Amino acid sequence: MNIATTTEFICFISLSAIVIVGSLGVILLANIVYSAFLLGGVFMAVAGLYLLLNASFVAAAQVLVYVGAVNVLILFAIMLVNKKEELKPVKGLQIRRVLSAGVCAGLLALLFQVDLTTPWALPGPEAIGEEAIVRIGEHLFTDYLLPFELASVLLLMAMIGAIVLARRDVLVSDVVTGESVDQSLIEKTGAPFLIDKSSS
Amino acid sequence: MFEISVGPVTLQAYLVLASILFCIGVWGLINSRNAVRVLMSIELMLNAVNINLMAFSSYLDGNLIRGQVFTVFVITVAAAEAAVGLAILLSLYRNRVTIDMESFNLLRW
Repeated sequence: MNIATTTEFICFISLSAIVIVGSLGVILLANIVYSAFLLGGVFMAVAGLYLLLNASFVAAAQVLVYVGAVNVLILFAIMLVNKKEELKPVKGLQIRRVLSAGVCAGLLALLFQVDLTTPWALPGPEAIGEEAIVRIGEHLFTDYLLPFELASVLLLMAMIGAIVLARRDVLVSDVVTGESVDQSLIEKTGAPFLIDKSSS
Repeated sequence: MFEISVGPVTLQAYLVLASILFCIGVWGLINSRNAVRVLMSIELMLNAVNINLMAFSSYLDGNLIRGQVFTVFVITVAAAEAAVGLAILLSLYRNRVTIDMESFNLLRW
């Protein structure tokens, strides 16, 4: 028992507490804005766990992508759709919550059983520590080259798909013939056309 | 089953943490009525998986660290998923003027 081990232990316990309490807050808090900021805190704590596991590159990627991009995107979405609305009461919501909590507890017990009883092949080979970033680069350009290239295609598809799904304006003229498009057909004049009228 | 003593952090500790985070994410995914919160729960579950991969990579595969490469790919896919998911959410909101998950029942049997 030396001071490095104790420090690692204390860091792990505090980061785990942040992760668990923060994620409980994300799903339980009534205000969605608090949830979004707590989610950023959870992502930062997970990045800290990666640092504890000798993975500085992945920790940096986690901070850049999750905290810098995904969390900001979620905040933008909250800003765009933030409308105070009274949620309609749904029959049997409490029963559903309790039932799903039971199912999740069962899943948790199952996962704990697997985690704690499986004879993992410990100790594994010696960790390479700071050379990890070199090794990741080697992996990405040798045996994981195809997934790496596919990831670029996936990101391009996601970008185009997000633009197409979220755009509001329509084309003024037809792309093929160049004639002006009948705007009355495609313009929605701000009136949503899919409002549910069956239940009211 | 749980003996907590100050000592080197074990692989099982990381696995238990990831399991708890995953189950919290599943519960939130099922029970959230706000569609943005559903997306947040999915991100929580993806993070739980990433913690698992990183722990295995560090403890069982310290030389080849394939888990870290997988984590980088998962982060990439999660970013793409968040972008497309929020775009779908925006277009849903534009058409139905609500983000209550209970009102999205167009495809209900």
